[in-house]
Amino acid sequence: MTLPPLLTVEDLSASYGAVRALDRVSLTVPERGLSAVLGANGAGKTTLLRTLTGLHRASSGRVLLAGEDITRLPTEQVITRGLAHVPEGGGVVVELTVEENLRLGALWRADRRDRTTLDEVMDLFPPLAERRAKAAATLSGGERQMLAIGRALMARPRVLLLDEPSLGLAPLITRRILDLLRDLRDRAGLTVVLVEQNAAGALSVTDHGHVLHRGSVVAEGPSAELLADDRTRHAYLGF
Amino acid sequence: MPLPVRHLLLAALGLAAVAGLLFVTGDLTALRVAAVGYTMLAVAGLQLLVGGSGQVSLGHGAFMMIGAYTMALLVLHQPSLPLAANLGVIVAVSVVAGVAVGAATARLHGPYLAGATLILAVGLPGLAHRYHQLLGGSNGLNIRTAGAPPFLDGLVTTSEWRALVVWTTVVLGLAALATISAGRLGRRMRAVRDDETAAAMAGVPVGATKVAAFVIASAAGGLAGGLQAYVLGTVTPGSFTLVLSLTLLAALVLGGIGSLWGALWASIAIVYLDVWATDLARAADLGRDVENNLPVVFFGVVLILVLRFWPLGVHGALRDLGARLRVAGSGTSS
Amino acid sequence: MNYFVTLTLNGLASGAAYAALALSLVIIYQATRLVNFAQPALALLSVYTAYTVTQLTGSYWLGFAAALTAGLLVGAFVERVIVRPIARTSQLNAIIVTLGLLLVVQGGVGMVWGNEQHGLRYAFSYVGRFAPSDVFALVSVGVAALLLFALYRFTPLGLRMRAAAFHPEAARLNGVRVGLMLTAGWGIASLIGALAGMLAGPPFLSPNVFDVVFVFGITAAVVGGLDNPFGAVIGGLLIGLGKSYVSGFLGPELATLAALVIVVAVLSVRPDGILSRPTARKV
Repeated sequence: MTLPPLLTVEDLSASYGAVRALDRVSLTVPERGLSAVLGANGAGKTTLLRTLTGLHRASSGRVLLAGEDITRLPTEQVITRGLAHVPEGGGVVVELTVEENLRLGALWRADRRDRTTLDEVMDLFPPLAERRAKAAATLSGGERQMLAIGRALMARPRVLLLDEPSLGLAPLITRRILDLLRDLRDRAGLTVVLVEQNAAGALSVTDHGHVLHRGSVVAEGPSAELLADDRTRHAYLGF
Repeated sequence: MPLPVRHLLLAALGLAAVAGLLFVTGDLTALRVAAVGYTMLAVAGLQLLVGGSGQVSLGHGAFMMIGAYTMALLVLHQPSLPLAANLGVIVAVSVVAGVAVGAATARLHGPYLAGATLILAVGLPGLAHRYHQLLGGSNGLNIRTAGAPPFLDGLVTTSEWRALVVWTTVVLGLAALATISAGRLGRRMRAVRDDETAAAMAGVPVGATKVAAFVIASAAGGLAGGLQAYVLGTVTPGSFTLVLSLTLLAALVLGGIGSLWGALWASIAIVYLDVWATDLARAADLGRDVENNLPVVFFGVVLILVLRFWPLGVHGALRDLGARLRVAGSGTSS
Repeated sequence: MNYFVTLTLNGLASGAAYAALALSLVIIYQATRLVNFAQPALALLSVYTAYTVTQLTGSYWLGFAAALTAGLLVGAFVERVIVRPIARTSQLNAIIVTLGLLLVVQGGVGMVWGNEQHGLRYAFSYVGRFAPSDVFALVSVGVAALLLFALYRFTPLGLRMRAAAFHPEAARLNGVRVGLMLTAGWGIASLIGALAGMLAGPPFLSPNVFDVVFVFGITAAVVGGLDNPFGAVIGGLLIGLGKSYVSGFLGPELATLAALVIVVAVLSVRPDGILSRPTARKV
């Protein structure tokens, strides 16, 4: 059974001054899909996510979320359409407490006073519940990543975009976070786009992979096939 | 040709241009030409401090005040000293003031330095009231300085002579500033401005360099203030308000930071926006309240518009225009 | 001794106005890393508005309300229309545009209301030691500071404003309209500035009535730490006391220079103010 695509990227291009960072990138992510975007440093992965949420301006092309064109929307409005973006490093506001960070995630929602989401997220990440009144600056790297993901979940998004959640984390914690993403998809029906340099780890949990190289998609397919394709692995994924 | 010589030649050219201008325009504009001169020297000193070493001072008028009062006190109490000696003493006094302010504020950065210098600008005129026996209180001091020497009688008027004296001092001062800016000290200042830590690691004495910038700026400002006192013949605390200090800095940014040309546009703006606004208010018969305040409002509006549309100031805009014309020119010729 | 007590009480009362002005500077500095040198001019405009409203209606309190409203609106307007497009070009230009505003507004006030003095009465009687107007100054600033604290700490708007100030991009990614938060911050800051003006303005208004007040306000903000609202309030009261003692014992002309000495002395020891904390942000 194939589901209709929830997120569609059509010929998306973006640049920094004269440097083209994305060159006509096209990809689709089905509802409840778990997709990886892979590639070396500077391949355009982060720019792709930033362009999806309007933090970076697209020079041409389109982004569709459930059929609606969100390409030119400002970030604040993209978020309200159901796209959540955990930026590289998490983007946790270290001056705020853990709970304030989480509440921030749901502020734009009309039902922001409803505490069930907050309780669910706290259940999902017990370390956050223990430190809810502490400044986020006191959290460890792994806990910050949990907080960042938790905050994104507070918005009850349809699609969760994650930029290198494993960056700087110990392998065990990385594993836990990757498993959690799969869990969220399986149990809560979340659609996930995972940007990773750690290609082996990302391909082991996702069902689909897209490989970026110098701003273009050079390979894509089911994760298991990419994992088995020695040429792509050696040429672009470095393992 | 060594740099100082070239700067002196340019200075002589500049002086000749001013003399020519005076010859054409006559007595009436001489005072304004002089005003542009000493204002330019003050702004150029500030340019070195802000544009060169990256220290934003809101208190440059305080240095002008020190120079002006020094000039007045010298003329009143040591009337036998020639003008050149007075100017020399003013530079010495200003250097001392610059060392004091620079050393006191060397550890302050960014908005903190701006705040401290602002307080200096507001606080210093208070001294004239505090020591009114010596400094004359709010009425200030009135002095009488010599006009044109007898052998020039009939050739130049007193105002023209004063304008020439001012500009002679100014172009020498500007040549000195340009030479410093192009030399080792200038390079050190820019290193400190760009990145203090990196400059320190490269062996630049950061503290001393910042103080040196203050000293030079103070000398230029003091000299400008002394020349102002010489031209106007009067010194009052009311001429060295916060508005003056703010105007100097604002005009520098308006003219374009990073170049002596910017200082020229800045000083022309300070002198002539005031003149035009006053003329305008008078011509339109807008009443005393408007007339008194129009110059400063006019200046502020022009400042905001320039910042909005030419963020690099007038000089930056002219440079862009020049570059575009050159590109267009080469485009048609090829 | 009696004289000393009088100076102390006077110092605290005038310190309330400095605290409010310092608070308004700190609110904007926290949000935008910019010292708003136009703050005294915005306060000036607000207080002259109060003057006119009081003249027309005969009611001091209508004038008071008009001043606060004018502060809120003018601050928001100025941020959105004038400061924002220029402030993003460079740090120096951001400072200069606030100076330009200062010149325009101060001159504009002179154009409309004239350079001569106008009488503006106190909220309450000012007769005697620690008069009702002094109490009002301290209480109103205390209440304003508490309300401000509650706003930032406990309301969704406050949470949005803090997120926007500390981490604009993260705020946007959580649906916060960062620009709107800046505008709100300027509005609130200018409202507090207007309060400072209403306290420091009487008995006589003139276009440069706040020049000296601003000196003490900025001294308070700098001494307390530009990043620290609590420090601004403490700094304001301390500066009020210091100014009162210097004026009383050494002469009022030296008060501003004494402020300079305090700033330089404090900052030489603690470059980010007395109450500065080591920065919490880790990379």
